[in-house]
Amino acid sequence: MDENKSYLYDFIKGLWKENPVLVQLLGMCPTLAVTNAVENALAMSVAVIFVLTASAIIISLIRKLIPGQVRIASYIVVIATFVTMADRYLAAFYPAQSKALGPFIPLIVVNCIILGRMEAFASKNGVFRSILDALGMSFGFAIALLLMSSFREILGNGTWLNMRVLGSWWDNWMVMILPPGAFLTLGTIVGVSRFIQTKLKKA
Amino acid sequence: MDLLIIFVSALLINNFVLSYFLGICPFLGVSNKLSSAVSMGMAVTFVMTITAVVTWPIYHLILAPYHLEFLEIVSFILVIASLVQFVEMFIRKTSEAIYDALGIYLPLITTNCAILGFALIAVLKNYTYIETIVFGVGAGLGFTLALVIMAGIREELDFADVPESLKGPGITLLVAGILALAFMGFAGLIK
Repeated sequence: MDENKSYLYDFIKGLWKENPVLVQLLGMCPTLAVTNAVENALAMSVAVIFVLTASAIIISLIRKLIPGQVRIASYIVVIATFVTMADRYLAAFYPAQSKALGPFIPLIVVNCIILGRMEAFASKNGVFRSILDALGMSFGFAIALLLMSSFREILGNGTWLNMRVLGSWWDNWMVMILPPGAFLTLGTIVGVSRFIQTKLKKA
Repeated sequence: MDLLIIFVSALLINNFVLSYFLGICPFLGVSNKLSSAVSMGMAVTFVMTITAVVTWPIYHLILAPYHLEFLEIVSFILVIASLVQFVEMFIRKTSEAIYDALGIYLPLITTNCAILGFALIAVLKNYTYIETIVFGVGAGLGFTLALVIMAGIREELDFADVPESLKGPGITLLVAGILALAFMGFAGLIK
């Protein structure tokens, strides 16, 4: 595998093959909680893209300075700093979104995707590759979130990003916006994506 | 009476797992055996109660008077991480039996979003000290309840004929959805 191809792979693997949500089943809490509307899912995705990429840059830069025993604690402090920035920014410029997402923006700190990528990738690789990896993973997260929230908002409210897509003949499936709908949608999507992946492997 | 309402609402109506979606990772990971579900639930309840005892004074006596609310996230996560470490050391020194039962679950709790989520929600709801502690115990027991019910169902599921691609997380999530539907029925308990 030549140099360029492996750079490309660093980015692409997060989108489907190692998708953090659908394949690795990491970061389930925000995936379930904020996908009741596409708008919330978008805000969450942008926040995660920012936090993951920024932390990956910092941690891959200082990876040789951090002693092994305290590395997890140092990662958490770096991540928490960026999460605080994202949280304050949202609260100042998009108060409605900040309110709708509630404690889930601060909870990005304990999102296993971020800590997992720091430990598995950014702490071992250079800045450029870490950025590619972080972008790939966070876009994978965003894809899963958009997929889920689209299903839930269209079925549950007949709208997509607050635009009407289903006519007035449509009876809203209220349950899709409520908590049970999150579990049912994610269960179905995980099942279907596994089905496709095993089919692809056999082919 | 208010305390009772807070307790019941954290336990059943706003169950942390089934309606706030906090602590989903251990909910999916540790719910395949009843005995480990009980241990994990107890460990979470324990740490959550101590978190309530510690984080309330930090926020209301240190951060709020000096207008340092923006340090909330950093300070809470550091406090929780070191707290879990201390609890683990303390239990190892004092009781061999409890350590054997809870030991491996304690480090996992640091990254359990239910704990940090609980601390943040308690601040958002502006609870008093006593209310925060009651809320912590209720939320912890609610987590245990969801975990134990799920483990009971999953032990039976082992004998069921589940489609290949739904095995594991897929069917667990679908079952959790039905469970969440059932828990919505509790919403009528309190007006």
